[in-house]
Amino acid sequence: MLYSVFMLALRSIRRNLLRSFLTILGIVIGVSAVITMVTLGNGATQSIKTQISGLGTNLLMVRPGQRSGPGGSGGGGAGVPQFKEGDAEAIAAQIGGVAAVAPEGRASVTVVANGRNWSTSVIGSSNAWFDTGNWKLASGRIFEADEQRAGAAVCIIGETVRREIFDGTAGQTGLGEQLRVRKFSCTVIGILAAKGQSGMGDQDDTVVVPLRTLQRRVTGSLKVATLLVSMRDGSDSTRLKASLMQLLRERRNLAAGDDDDFNIFDTQQLAETLSSTTQVLTTLLGAVAAVSLLVGGIGIMNIMLVSVTERTREIGLRLAVGALEREVLLQFLIEAVVLSAMGGVVGIVIATAASWGLSSLMDVPYAFDPFINLLSLAFSAGIGVLFGYFPARRAARMDPIEALRHE
Amino acid sequence: MSDPLIQLRGVTKRYGSGVAELMALKGIDLDIHAGEFVSIMGPSGSGKSTAMNILGCLDTPTAGQYLFKGTHVEALSHDQRARLRRRYLGFVFQGFNLLARTSAQENVELPLLYRGDSASVRRAAAAKALQAVGLGGWEHHTPAELSGGQQQRVAIARAIVTEPAVVLADEPTGNLDTQRSHEIMGLLMALNKDHGITVLMVTHEADMAAYARRMVHFIDGRIADDVANPHPTTAAPGVPLPAETR
Repeated sequence: MLYSVFMLALRSIRRNLLRSFLTILGIVIGVSAVITMVTLGNGATQSIKTQISGLGTNLLMVRPGQRSGPGGSGGGGAGVPQFKEGDAEAIAAQIGGVAAVAPEGRASVTVVANGRNWSTSVIGSSNAWFDTGNWKLASGRIFEADEQRAGAAVCIIGETVRREIFDGTAGQTGLGEQLRVRKFSCTVIGILAAKGQSGMGDQDDTVVVPLRTLQRRVTGSLKVATLLVSMRDGSDSTRLKASLMQLLRERRNLAAGDDDDFNIFDTQQLAETLSSTTQVLTTLLGAVAAVSLLVGGIGIMNIMLVSVTERTREIGLRLAVGALEREVLLQFLIEAVVLSAMGGVVGIVIATAASWGLSSLMDVPYAFDPFINLLSLAFSAGIGVLFGYFPARRAARMDPIEALRHE
Repeated sequence: MSDPLIQLRGVTKRYGSGVAELMALKGIDLDIHAGEFVSIMGPSGSGKSTAMNILGCLDTPTAGQYLFKGTHVEALSHDQRARLRRRYLGFVFQGFNLLARTSAQENVELPLLYRGDSASVRRAAAAKALQAVGLGGWEHHTPAELSGGQQQRVAIARAIVTEPAVVLADEPTGNLDTQRSHEIMGLLMALNKDHGITVLMVTHEADMAAYARRMVHFIDGRIADDVANPHPTTAAPGVPLPAETR
């Protein structure tokens, strides 16, 4: 009996092509919208997390001046003392739980080599800078101790600078070439491995020189704009920040009542803020998509209810010619399940294609989430079955003559 | 004479309750023997259709007994009545009640589906039934492609495809013009005469009722008159009967 009823259901689906199509369409739209939205949202969250961890995890950025909000320049206005290289050494020596401390100075420069020029920023720091920023070298080496001490004319370039200046040259890398930075030339001794875009711009667009080289040959001052402090994994960031603050207040001779004239910016905090923001966005997108799922569901409901008159008469007729209640019910149940399943599968296929395409277009990773796939499938299939089956059940329990006369 | 095929004893049917209460049947006694051709007549609201639905096991009496081949139909469940319909009864409705967008063949096969017949058995039986109503060659037409008379013939083919004991026709000519009506009546008469199928037909048209050999008149929920028709119409005026092919 199951087989013949199954065939009956399939025939009925084929016979009412438009109705079947509209039902499936409702499910397809609902399922694919929700899955696509949530998948993209997850991908965006993931991509932001990766970018932030690329900035360096557990990184504290200490800048002179009052805090002016995340991403701000940190001021450093007139009268506020800058840091000195000794501050970095003191932090590394006196505060526990610190993995690396790097003093950092920056300047905007135009670099020239190979007959091309490129506007970038030059960073002066120590070898600890590579640790604080999670940088790896693609090739070459980091600074020698005496190069740092002497402020030697050596530099390590980011991938973007390499591409703009040295692409197309014999070695492609520029290693060993001379790069002119403002008024001096430095020898390229290393290439940084690419990190890509972050929330703070192209991280690879940079030239790194020893701090002393920057101070002597570019900025002409001994000041250090930023101290980068990376914490060891598992160290207590609150306590570390407190003792860091204490140490800097002492070194900067601040009295007990004075405000801090420096600020500590925590990338961990930034990561948490940003990822909670994207999570809110994902939830929002999910809610919008849930509305479309609901609208799809209402569409299914409409089609089913509109056809209920025709269907009720059909059921009356089937009962009159001797169908049992359960045979009629089984047919309608199978019909609803087959339609819902088809819609669900098509919806998942479309959603997978769409979120895959869109995520590569938006440059975020494709984050497949089986839970949301199952949930949206179950929801729309549930609606399909509910509204396909229950009106049929009501009709199948009527006296056949009542169903036949249904207006 | 053998026991009657159908026996109604004190059958009443009440619709609604309180002020809206309506007694559609007020105690009906009726015996119908196998092989009879009975027309049931009466004005609208006289209870003739209600009686027909009860006879067809499509509806249940409020009180009284209905014996079909000695079985108490009023005591049967929903599904037991369905099994009884599937085995012994065929229906022809005023509004044809064919499945839309479905070929004549599939419409006729419908009752066989629920008997679990195989596809080849169904196809052969449907072809034979369509042949019998003069629609050989129209198997693949859908109701929308058939005239009213042809649709009713498909419905008759559907009623007889199970080779039932009784065909119940409720106003079978109500939606048809005179000539088609006589053709349909000719068919029903042939079923009765040549196949021994008991035919019960509700109609309010006297010249259609005249085909039957027995005429039962309903008035106000009771049988007012139950007479034999000594001279039933045997041929539709000017309409040849469809060729006998069964």
